[in-house]
Amino acid sequence: MEQTSSKFNQLPKSWNLVFNLILIVLCVVCIIPIILVYAISFTSEASLSAKGYQFLPSEWSLDAYRYVFRNGDQILQSAYVTIGVTAIGTLFSLLVTALFSYVLSRRDFRYRNVMAFFLFFTMLFNGGLVPSYIVNTNVLHLADTFWILILPYSLSAFNVIILRTFMQQSIETAILEAARIDGAGEWYIFARIVLPLSKPGLATVGLFTLVTYWNDWFLGQLYITNPKLVSLQYMLMKLQSNIDFVTSNATSATNNMLMAQIPAEGARMAILVIVLTPILCAYPFFQKYFVKGLTIGGIKG
Amino acid sequence: MTFLYELRKNKVLFLMALPALILLVLFNYLPMFGVILAFKNYNFYDGILGSPWIGFKNFEYLFKGDAWLITRNTLLYNFVFIIFGLILAVALAIVLDEIRNRFLSKTYQTILIMPYFLSWTIVALIFYAFLSADKGIINQALTYMGMHPINFYSETTYWPYILIFVFFWKSVGYSSIIYLASITGISPEYYEAATIDGASKWQQIRFITIPCLKPIIIIMTILSIGKIFYADFGLFYQVTYNSGALYPVTQVIDTYVYNGLTSMGNYGMTAAAGLYQSFVGFVLVIITNWIVKKMDKDSALF
Repeated sequence: MEQTSSKFNQLPKSWNLVFNLILIVLCVVCIIPIILVYAISFTSEASLSAKGYQFLPSEWSLDAYRYVFRNGDQILQSAYVTIGVTAIGTLFSLLVTALFSYVLSRRDFRYRNVMAFFLFFTMLFNGGLVPSYIVNTNVLHLADTFWILILPYSLSAFNVIILRTFMQQSIETAILEAARIDGAGEWYIFARIVLPLSKPGLATVGLFTLVTYWNDWFLGQLYITNPKLVSLQYMLMKLQSNIDFVTSNATSATNNMLMAQIPAEGARMAILVIVLTPILCAYPFFQKYFVKGLTIGGIKG
Repeated sequence: MTFLYELRKNKVLFLMALPALILLVLFNYLPMFGVILAFKNYNFYDGILGSPWIGFKNFEYLFKGDAWLITRNTLLYNFVFIIFGLILAVALAIVLDEIRNRFLSKTYQTILIMPYFLSWTIVALIFYAFLSADKGIINQALTYMGMHPINFYSETTYWPYILIFVFFWKSVGYSSIIYLASITGISPEYYEAATIDGASKWQQIRFITIPCLKPIIIIMTILSIGKIFYADFGLFYQVTYNSGALYPVTQVIDTYVYNGLTSMGNYGMTAAAGLYQSFVGFVLVIITNWIVKKMDKDSALF
């Protein structure tokens, strides 16, 4: 990124030092909690129950991970669900969003404003959770299906606006006209010219969508009862609330049985680490597109 | 007739828009008709259309009961989030822009946005590691210093601060990047001219950077005012582990609607709460936009 404003009349060295210090402190605040979770996942269960959570475990151990992989059926199943939903959802959503954004970016299309309003209105007003829930379960019959985890998030007005603005600003109308004169059809123009030229915009919107699907637990909690469709995030959440339930209603016989099925503290943090690491590794690669896409795609269209 | 003509002429464009239009109808517009539930005594057998009308009864129940509490919580938290969020994000963007070393600047950005990409489930667990009654880091420290441990998940006093901290921890890095992106778009000529005229760096920030950010600040603010009746469900539900003891300071309209739907099964009243939320949000956007239009025509959203 260009550092435009600092090329001229820079702040004195002392201020530069102060700014660096502020940022270092903020970065530490951001990252320390994440490091703690990694540390807990590598701590032995004995030292966890004796000393509690620690940044520097007094006893290192891989037991948590062994436990997770030994009892891995549900985790593996949930990983399939999460990966499947993320991959199919992101591709589907990108396709629908790109097609619609392209139509809205065509200034010569008569109904573009009507359609844009149809989209924009959903940002201002919605039926709310209860009507959506009833429509999805009783009218569309999507409860406990794979598609309920994908369709509700597949079209975001915000993403369409970002991508439409991006297309309007970075694709010259002249290119499209030239292609049309050469005899290219609409589909050809879309696939061969518009999509390749929109890469930074697509990457930005794609990253947002990918993260939305990867991180979702809400749709699962609302609509899913079949264990085969439980995603990683939702599974992690269910584990945690089961534990709270058990610990707050301690000592009965059923609770002891429940307790036996629930992985120990370290194992929970190990699952968390397994869910967390891919997203932390993936996003620095997207970051350069991300800033560029947001800059050009700005929200006002 | 023009429509049929357009349809034939641009049938490919219509076809391209079709999947999105279908999704909008099914998942956004169809539920809008469901708001009539707020005026009905819903039962499963008669369905949405068949259930008896009861006028404003659902709203009466709502306003007699929890409406004040959940409205107050939602509004207060959102005011803090909007006002401090704006100040923090703009300040952070300016500080980031002043860092001369490009590598350092990139590294700071990467680390600061990181929390934004974590789900609320994960954030909740991460903060649980700090707040847990027996094993948490904070209580270990308190015990070490000879103080009494605090049972955070049943003690209301601290939650306004905890929630505000968690919210900013997760989101400030991301929102500052939006402003940073705009700062880097400001033409260097302004700064060049200011330097020649002898303006100090602070004057440049005050008279060039901040005025240039005004349009984006206004748009972001209008959008967040429109959402002022909505709360981040994950923050209030997950991070608090939906603990009933904390409801007086953590229950917001969204969690209220959700809890109403899942535990009480009172469809009519929760639909009324949802409609209240959506309607007030809608009116607020229109009003804010109208005010902005009066003050500065170009900055308005529509």
